[in-house]
Amino acid sequence: MTDVAQLLEIYEPVIGLEVHVQLATKSKAFSPSGVEFGASPNSLTDPLVLGMPGTLPVFNRAALELALKLGVATESKIRARSRFARKHYFYPDLPKGYQISQYDEPLCEDGHVDLIVPTRRSESGELLPGGGEVKRIRLERIHLEEDAGKNTHVGQFSHVDLNRAGVPLVEVVTAPEITSAEEAAEFMRALHRLVRWLEISEADMEKGQLRCDANVSVRLRGEDRLGTRTELKNINSFRFVQNAVEHEILRQMRIVDGGGRITRETRLWDADAGTSASMRSKEEANDYRYFPDPDLPPLVVDGQLMAGILRSLPELPMHRFTRYRTQHGLSPDDARTLISDRALADYFDLVCKVHPGDTSGRTIANWMLTELLGALNADGKDITDSPMFPATLSELIRLVEVGTISGKIGKEIFEESYKTGESPARIVERRGVQQISDEAALWEIVDRIVGANPKQAEEYAKGKDGLFGFFVGQVMKETKGRANPVVTSDLLHKRLGR
Amino acid sequence: MTEWLTAAETAKAIAAGELKAVHVVDRYLERIRDVDRGVKAYLAIDSEGAHAAAVEVDRRRAAGERLPPLAGVPISLKDVLVTKDLPTTAGSKILEGFISPYEGTVVEKLRAAGAIILGKVNCDEFAMGSSTERSAYQQTKNPWDRTRVPGGSSGGSSASVAAGLCAASLGTDTGGSIRQPAAFCGVVGIKPTYGRVSRWGVVAFASSLDQVGPLTRTIHDAALMLEIISGFDPRDSTSLDAPVPTYTDALVGDVNGLRVGLPHEYFGDGIDADVRAALDGTIAALRDRGAITVDISLPHTHLALPAYYIVAPAEASSNLARYDGIRYGKAAQGAKDLLDLYMKSRGAGFGPEVKRRIMLGTYALRSGYYDAFYKKAQQIRTLIKRDFDKAFQHVDVILTPTTPTAAFRLGSKASPYEMYLADVFTLSCNLAGLPGLSVPCGLTSEGLPVGAQLLGKPLDEATLLRTGHVIESLVGLVGKHPGGL
Repeated sequence: MTDVAQLLEIYEPVIGLEVHVQLATKSKAFSPSGVEFGASPNSLTDPLVLGMPGTLPVFNRAALELALKLGVATESKIRARSRFARKHYFYPDLPKGYQISQYDEPLCEDGHVDLIVPTRRSESGELLPGGGEVKRIRLERIHLEEDAGKNTHVGQFSHVDLNRAGVPLVEVVTAPEITSAEEAAEFMRALHRLVRWLEISEADMEKGQLRCDANVSVRLRGEDRLGTRTELKNINSFRFVQNAVEHEILRQMRIVDGGGRITRETRLWDADAGTSASMRSKEEANDYRYFPDPDLPPLVVDGQLMAGILRSLPELPMHRFTRYRTQHGLSPDDARTLISDRALADYFDLVCKVHPGDTSGRTIANWMLTELLGALNADGKDITDSPMFPATLSELIRLVEVGTISGKIGKEIFEESYKTGESPARIVERRGVQQISDEAALWEIVDRIVGANPKQAEEYAKGKDGLFGFFVGQVMKETKGRANPVVTSDLLHKRLGR
Repeated sequence: MTEWLTAAETAKAIAAGELKAVHVVDRYLERIRDVDRGVKAYLAIDSEGAHAAAVEVDRRRAAGERLPPLAGVPISLKDVLVTKDLPTTAGSKILEGFISPYEGTVVEKLRAAGAIILGKVNCDEFAMGSSTERSAYQQTKNPWDRTRVPGGSSGGSSASVAAGLCAASLGTDTGGSIRQPAAFCGVVGIKPTYGRVSRWGVVAFASSLDQVGPLTRTIHDAALMLEIISGFDPRDSTSLDAPVPTYTDALVGDVNGLRVGLPHEYFGDGIDADVRAALDGTIAALRDRGAITVDISLPHTHLALPAYYIVAPAEASSNLARYDGIRYGKAAQGAKDLLDLYMKSRGAGFGPEVKRRIMLGTYALRSGYYDAFYKKAQQIRTLIKRDFDKAFQHVDVILTPTTPTAAFRLGSKASPYEMYLADVFTLSCNLAGLPGLSVPCGLTSEGLPVGAQLLGKPLDEATLLRTGHVIESLVGLVGKHPGGL
């Protein structure tokens, strides 16, 4: 056992995440400036964004609707009256000297995000329990706020770009109940999937549309009280979430195990170096001087608005995950892949819907995930650009299922249909590749082949099992792969005597 | 003598062709050059722009166009109202030379109504003060006695109207900053119901208290101006979506049967004898016209001052956080690093009263102190509002002195607290969000104007104007102007 594994037997990591999600609105949270990634610096500003004297915020209701979608999708309690509060600190990326956020009266509380526990193996290679199960992570709150601008330091100069300033965000705060770095990364994936699914956000981490701060602490297993936590900032990819949290867990366990104490501080993750460094200690922490923003009335959510949100909500990804597992019997990995993208899941549902019978979910998933996704990936295409329609895929799968063609031929037919768009049934007919299942016809072939290979037949009869494949291969060769493998196998057993 | 015409008279004469707008505007500009050296109301004058705007009014009239209601009326603006063609300093060094990229709603509305902006007038820095002595630029004098303050913070507005340096002015009122200077300078000033007038384009002091309002020579002008600047503004989320009455229609000259509340908390000790006499005369005159006076109590009045000096500084400390000299305004030279730049720019840019209030507000909002200070002060606001709600079940309007004394001498209020007491009668109105009006109601034995304050129900500016109009006609100062200017 490595020292990490030993430490993990003694200490339990506790992780809480604070995730910022940019809401995909056309204009900013409190002013009419546009929102766009990569626009020339400071082109998306207006007097309010610049913090000009006399400007006043007017809340963009589109941001509220998006935040409410997330609130409902996470089964949060929605406050009928929430409040905006000002959070104060001095920095050039914050032109007003305060950020409009929510404090003691947030929009949403007590929700949850369900994640799929990642499949993990022990050091000896065996699968650890829990993989593929659904774990519920409670959310303390989801609140609305505006983004700050961006400072870039070039040599002795600092450049300030306020294009991002005022972009609406939701901050999602989890309860401290994530217990591993993998789980932290998986939470981010689950949230990413959810907000994209609901079209709340593009959530591109590289563009800063999804950002994560992690609060990490460790404690002795069995201890109730939380240990002293540190806050990790600047983690801007799923991989970095995992690396940064893992690094921090290990750092803390080693300190505590060596008899040291954890300092309450904010640490900055350096992805290139793979380490973190202290940014500021608790003593240096800002007093944000929160108070209700007097320029903004309480944010009221009425029944009509909620009814509209409820109507607009699609079936949620984790609901589909469970449905795919129970109704279709899919493996956790297949179900997870299907829900990674709403269009993919919708495609799957469509194939299932047009496909006769209701027991083919696994077969359909297999065809989709191996053949269709394989072909799309090779072309650099997305499921929404698929040249093969769901009904066509269903038709192909049906041809295999009823035995018109073998699975092997099916793959060839798939390729041709994918490329040309021609109907699989027509291709089969044209190429004359229908499977031979007729027992009389196959018996004639089997009988002839066994008769022509008496030596092998004798050895097989004496117990050389491996030779069975030789006979199958001969039959396939003779029929150009069209022989029904099941029938062929039956007849060969009969002819060979065992 | 066009400079003593009211705004309404000026507009009427220009519309009728009896006066040319150019003549009116040039006469005011000439008078500003001559007289303002002694009054020091103006911080910036737009001679060319005002002249050109007047030429345009005359051209439109000559072309037979229908003129808007204030066509050709020269006005001044308190220097907290942002303008595109004139600097806006808010009386502070930190905004020296600042020119706004946009114009506020009230300025847009006045321009659309044909008013001509002569210039920007002085005020206490960021509207924090009661004497205009806290301006970083100059000391505005009271036109009635230039050894005395014009009141504040809208002292430039009140002085410019009283001295005949404009026909009307716009000021702002956070705790009395329109009504108190109006009383000191013998002009009419109205603070509308919170939300009645848009705050878009008004340099913020205390967002939950600030309102813009007119300072004028007559109640009729105040009604006219208020009607123009009022109304819902989608750019101000605290703006009220309520119809705007034709306020001039309220000036019926009749108070018969009107129930006027007299809160005993406002008539106690500490009121100057001449002020009391003027108020007594006002009360008697109203009774004489059939008004019914009712003794009432507003029991939480004594809590208004402490509550105000939590709420206003707290909000100010937040609103003033944006002034760092980085994007606009004056940045300090030779700063070592970012923190040093903030400290030097703000240290040099803000005056002592502004710093004091930022400190007070910052203290009140410290983590863990919010409940003890800001929240408690907000609870007091609710109590004060309830006092008024109860009183207005019995009366139509409340009458008080606007200030305990007439205009005090320059430099006479040595401590900040003494200065804060000058607003003791005007604060409650802002805390409760109610409309308040000050109308001249006589002169002291020293010849200084006295103001009567009328407080009304939410959005009932009409009753204030109607009552004020009667007071003005009975004991007012219409036609009386300060001499020796």
